[in-house]
Amino acid sequence: MSTTEGPTLIPDDAAAQAMADREAKGKPRKGWFPGLGEKWNALPRQTQWLFLIIVVVIAYLLPILNPPFITTEPGNNWQIALAQMSVYALVAVGLNVVVGYAGLLDLGYVAFFAVGSYTAAMFTSPDSPYLHIPYLWTLPLAMAITMFFGVLLGVPTLRLRGDYLAIVTLGFGEIVRILATIIPAMKGQVGFQNVGHPPGTDAEGQPIFLNSNGTPWYWLTLTIIIVVLLAAGNLERSRVGRAWIAIREDEDAAEIMGVPTFKYKVWAFAIGASVGGLSGALFAGQVGFVNNQKFDIATSILFLAAVVMGGTGNKVGAVLGGSLVAYIPLRFTAIAEFKYLIFGAALVLIMIFRPGGILPARQSLLAYGRTAYNKLREATGKKPAPGQLAPNTGKGAGDE
Amino acid sequence: MITAVIPSLISTVRTDDTWITFDVNSLAENFWNSTFDGLTFGAIYALVALGYTLVYGVLNLINFAHSEVFIVGCYGVFFTLSALNFGPSAPRLAFWAIVGNLVLALVVAIVASALMAVIVERVAYKPLRKRKAPRLAFLITAIGVSFAIQYTIYWWRGPSPEAALTMFRPTPIFDVFGTIIDSQQLVIIVAAVILMIATDQFIRRSRTGRGIRAVAQDPDTATLMGVNKEKIIITTFIIGGILAGAAALFYVMKIPSGVQYSGGFILGVKAFAAAVLGGIGNVRGALLGGLLIGLIGNYGQVLLGSSQWTDVVAFLVLVLVLIVRPEGILGSSLGKSKA
Repeated sequence: MSTTEGPTLIPDDAAAQAMADREAKGKPRKGWFPGLGEKWNALPRQTQWLFLIIVVVIAYLLPILNPPFITTEPGNNWQIALAQMSVYALVAVGLNVVVGYAGLLDLGYVAFFAVGSYTAAMFTSPDSPYLHIPYLWTLPLAMAITMFFGVLLGVPTLRLRGDYLAIVTLGFGEIVRILATIIPAMKGQVGFQNVGHPPGTDAEGQPIFLNSNGTPWYWLTLTIIIVVLLAAGNLERSRVGRAWIAIREDEDAAEIMGVPTFKYKVWAFAIGASVGGLSGALFAGQVGFVNNQKFDIATSILFLAAVVMGGTGNKVGAVLGGSLVAYIPLRFTAIAEFKYLIFGAALVLIMIFRPGGILPARQSLLAYGRTAYNKLREATGKKPAPGQLAPNTGKGAGDE
Repeated sequence: MITAVIPSLISTVRTDDTWITFDVNSLAENFWNSTFDGLTFGAIYALVALGYTLVYGVLNLINFAHSEVFIVGCYGVFFTLSALNFGPSAPRLAFWAIVGNLVLALVVAIVASALMAVIVERVAYKPLRKRKAPRLAFLITAIGVSFAIQYTIYWWRGPSPEAALTMFRPTPIFDVFGTIIDSQQLVIIVAAVILMIATDQFIRRSRTGRGIRAVAQDPDTATLMGVNKEKIIITTFIIGGILAGAAALFYVMKIPSGVQYSGGFILGVKAFAAAVLGGIGNVRGALLGGLLIGLIGNYGQVLLGSSQWTDVVAFLVLVLVLIVRPEGILGSSLGKSKA
């Protein structure tokens, strides 16, 4: 890269990039939904809230509406499908903190999911000889335990370059499965039946949270997703979120500017892990049965595909991606068998042709923060071009 | 000597749990046996690790798809052997017939693996390089390619392992410390070491090898000095593919029932751990790391009492190396190795 201003001889690639940047200036963003982001940002805050409330109400009504065409019936129960989709969406939101915000590749996310599931199962199932606690208490407990594992795994590897994290997490994902098989206390393939559920009975004295009824589980998970999204949004706009984005864009530069990169990387990893544990506990409760067969590496790759499809770094995209990854095999049962092949190939194709995913994160908005972004828009009358404040934001995560 | 001291030392800490044992007696009894077995596995890991190390040196990328390059080679061996009408029990053949069959299987495996490596490079990584994609995109693509290939094989061949085909009956050759070394172990270790020395010398002495080291050191400067970077990258992938193909033959020899769609994946993680242990990007390090991972895994398996511990032990070694000495035993750089 040239370090001087003005017309210098720069290599072809850089010249092409500069040309593309110049051409892109002032033009609407390309994509499947051109200008949607700008239109959304231009709306008054109240209108935005109104829209969001309508979306949330529709989301809550989904199990009752059972919209034709979209529904997974016949073939798969729609309410249970929704419950599974919501769990995947929560997983994607958690993984998005690690991959999307901090730019750390976690290929063993299923391990945290598994730890959460086993926590819920071992503290509530009658098959387990240990202390039994009410199901709802296992949710924070699962978060705490997975966070501990996240720190345990993150501290040795996060001091190093990001690639090592990918392989260590990949190994960890496999190790958890092997340990679940060989440690007798985890009961291998036999597993734990009758995992607990939240309290409450309906008018006829039946428990509300049944494994065969997805609706209450869906509502519970949806509520948790909304809470986690609000928290993630706040984190994203806070000092922590800015630190993550700085690390993702250029770790060395962030370190030099005084960001304690190691600390924030461990935070991202641990927070992501705890959300994974939470979703695992919810999954265990909804399915009611936990054994070692459900937590293979392939599931990890589905989670990653969810984040990448939705749009790395975009929490709404993560919800969308997570739901889609769960929804597609349930809706189109003919292709369910090939889901790993499809989503594996999708990862490659998205990376090559549409690195931003379905809903690309607005890099500039993320990098500058909402206030600075809007100020800049008011001042210049248009979207700040990539490179106006920080030269590297237009190209996505840290260049080589 | 060792057989007498260690058990008495550690017999006090022995646990009587069934799922995890600390059976020092068993290790002492099987010490040399598991050493030679471990070296055999280690030679296979080392060959696969070379593929990771070379690509990492040149592109700074963990090529997750390398384990699939390897498993494609295994399928190459499998199909050659089934075409040659090999069965579960080895036929009695003349020495030269065995050698001829092995060489044929080796050639098919090498071609299959190298072809796969080239396809992966051209289809997945080259478009990303053209677009100057960020590092995360490369890693995500790598794991995506790995899974796409794995589940294409799954779709084609189904979930169960292929029928075991045995190439020849291992015959005892000589014994060391009371342990018999059979022809199979000997062939694998000797052939693997020859291949690794050849690779090492190729990287150090040949013109192409110099190009590989130059690109590993500084791609831009190397390009300015007249090295064709794209050509070097594809050559690196081909070398990795050839070594993976050879490893595939030895692997099928050692574990005839191991040809399965997911068979390469964990082996790949272990081979990568070997590369990191020896020093990633370092050709001799891959050899050392591979042999060590093979040994440690085998000792761990005998000591802890289940073959499933092999993977856990290899993983723990990886994490420990990253904590204590992340640059590996021999130091990590392909570029810095002197000619």
